[in-house]
Amino acid sequence: MSASMPIFDTLQERLAPTAGSGLVSHGILVFALPPDALLPTVRQLRDEHGFDVFLDVTAVDWIEQVPRFEVVYHFYSTAHKVRVRLKTRVAEADPGVDSLTPLYGSAAFMERECHDMYGIRFRGNADLRPILLYEGFVGHPLRKDYPKQQEQPLVPYRS
Amino acid sequence: MYARTVPIVPASREKDGAFEYLTTRKDELIGWARKFSIFPYPFVTACCAMEFMAVSASPYDTDRFGAALPRFSPRQADLLMVVGTVTHKQAPILLKVYEQMCEPKWVMAFGVCATSGGFYQNYAALPGIDKVIPVDIYIPGCPPRPEMVIDGIMQLQDKIAGSRHLIVNDKI
Repeated sequence: MSASMPIFDTLQERLAPTAGSGLVSHGILVFALPPDALLPTVRQLRDEHGFDVFLDVTAVDWIEQVPRFEVVYHFYSTAHKVRVRLKTRVAEADPGVDSLTPLYGSAAFMERECHDMYGIRFRGNADLRPILLYEGFVGHPLRKDYPKQQEQPLVPYRS
Repeated sequence: MYARTVPIVPASREKDGAFEYLTTRKDELIGWARKFSIFPYPFVTACCAMEFMAVSASPYDTDRFGAALPRFSPRQADLLMVVGTVTHKQAPILLKVYEQMCEPKWVMAFGVCATSGGFYQNYAALPGIDKVIPVDIYIPGCPPRPEMVIDGIMQLQDKIAGSRHLIVNDKI
């Protein structure tokens, strides 16, 4: 696993128009791209380069930075046996990115979880109900400004 | 091959005074009976389950205490064993299970998470099941050793044996 893998050079070259230049970090090819470029890049990865597994979507809360949130995607190619990471920044005022559900069915639940924890809105995901949290939970617990010990009990405490 | 030398005689119905009756306190008698028929309901949520399996397996033999046979219906259970972390999302389920159990009933908090939330102090975890339901016996440890669980069961037996057992209680 290194920058010398030929698939990485191909990807760098082919994705450059939409995703810009990437870099290899710990054996993973990483692209930081604007939110608009996400869907075309992912479609290209899936259809042209054999990235058939959508591993995960999560977010990073860079509090005090603008834009505040970084949405992170990981993809895996069972043909090339390599991973690619895509990162895109969204603002606190409108933390929205396009949903990947049209491309990967598995995106639906992972985006729900990411919405639970960070409040990222995935445009096009029809079902963003809480999946790990519960109805009525206020806020997003993995945001850095969520009070660390704040509980929202469903059952009133005794005494 | 062996000749039966002891003649078999029918049990005599004649009163000879032996064990015709005995006297005891009602609470002692019922407590003695109840402490050896603890049918547990395992409310098992997390990694303490591994230790629960260990303590339930034959080397530790909780049947010595009449506490080996789990009942998977709360209506048939006497002891609610809460084994593992309970989250806020699970708390209504735990409460419902507890409320379905018939009196008399006891609750065991198995492991630190059930006791106090353990090292979890965040949005997700309930800081001890006694915030929601009353607890009779706490077993610390992450997870507790089987010996600690057995000690807990024995302390619970003492508690059952030493408590009042109302035959007609105020709810009837």
